[in-house]
Amino acid sequence: MSGGFTSSHLVYLVQSIGWTLVLSALAFVLGGIGGFAVMLARISPRAWLARVALVYIEAIQGIPLLILLFIVYFGLSVYGYQVPALVAAGLALMIYSSAYLGDIWRGCIEAMPKPQWEASECLSLTRWQTLRLVIIPQAMRLALPPTVGFLVQLIKMTSLASVIGFIELTRAGQIINNSIFQPFLIFGLVGAFYFVLCYPLSRWSQSMENKLNVSNR
Amino acid sequence: MSAIVKVGDIHKSFGSNHVLKGVSFEVNKGEMIAVIGASGSGKSTALRCIDRLETIDQGQIEVCGIRVDDPKVDLHLLRREVGIVFQSYNLFPHLTVEENIMLALRHVKKMSRDEARRIAMNVLEQVGLGQKADAYPEQLSGGQQQRVAIARSLAMSPKVMLFDEVTSALDPQLTGEVLRVMEDLAADGMTMLLVTHEMAFAKRVADRIIYMHQGKVWEVGDGSMLDAPRTPELRAFLDNGL
Repeated sequence: MSGGFTSSHLVYLVQSIGWTLVLSALAFVLGGIGGFAVMLARISPRAWLARVALVYIEAIQGIPLLILLFIVYFGLSVYGYQVPALVAAGLALMIYSSAYLGDIWRGCIEAMPKPQWEASECLSLTRWQTLRLVIIPQAMRLALPPTVGFLVQLIKMTSLASVIGFIELTRAGQIINNSIFQPFLIFGLVGAFYFVLCYPLSRWSQSMENKLNVSNR
Repeated sequence: MSAIVKVGDIHKSFGSNHVLKGVSFEVNKGEMIAVIGASGSGKSTALRCIDRLETIDQGQIEVCGIRVDDPKVDLHLLRREVGIVFQSYNLFPHLTVEENIMLALRHVKKMSRDEARRIAMNVLEQVGLGQKADAYPEQLSGGQQQRVAIARSLAMSPKVMLFDEVTSALDPQLTGEVLRVMEDLAADGMTMLLVTHEMAFAKRVADRIIYMHQGKVWEVGDGSMLDAPRTPELRAFLDNGL
């Protein structure tokens, strides 16, 4: 017989938000590092490297995250690498967000005026120095809104990790629901928690974008 | 007199557009040469080829003994000898005036912050903008921005400076302050090659004037050639342009 929704259920849910945040942060940081590498490869003057990065981006963008999760979690276990759910989810999300962030950042880098490259080149700055000292500092302003926007997507997508048994917010909701069966209340609450996490970030991203549009007018 | 820049029979096409059709000239040490001509005459392209922002299809370019047409040319070395200033200034908008100038000194010439700052202040004084060191480019007028761009180039102590229509984007009242800086540079003995539409300035300051027409050097002479053009093309250009 199922009981009612108690405060200990609520505490359990709130605690599981922590794991959603941990997974989001892990995916974002690792994906950011991977995405930076993908961006560098994508704008590389070495055609083969740019090509490899393009294939990577297109392949990952064409595969559902859920399938990536299955490949990493179940695929690795077949070969005897039984990885913890957090590691598998972090890895899959990293692969996924590397492709998206790499593509977003490539666009921002390429949106920088070409004469900035030329002026740097004529001052004998190397390509890497130009990127680091001239292009990236300017591109960051442009990159911040879509990057935060992607982070919002990422937070929501961590819910998929529930299917491989990682206990984050969604999985915690499922577990409680399995015992007391009040799906409307529980998943309503879970949804509200996601909203509370994501909405401020969305607003922030939007206000930054508005500012950019004003200053670019 | 030794030639700092030697351009020998260079050809350059953009697709089917044959922009340079065998251009030759030399720039000697301490000389100021003005290149004039209608738009599309190839004068800016010729200038950009010298700093290898464009590669040539045929011919030779030598700058300070460096073969620019060599596919394996050390661009790093070339660009430490050549300074270039663009029509659109191309300052770095996220850095202050002083930081714009210090950037290459610090990261290319590996100078200490103090040393770089000293040189930056020096060149800023030289272009009359010592008090603007902490301003951002967007806070300056076009003429001031262009003077900073000249200072930034100058700070690297190049052996030759190229100016690509540096006053074309400026209001007439701002043109003067930039030309004055260039005149001072010429008086100090800087070797300069400039593409310009400022005929009066070219006539007064340049040691030699090169008139380009349809991808060729059409006429070369000192300032007096503008008073007595030998070719009908230069005459027509001067009549239309002035």
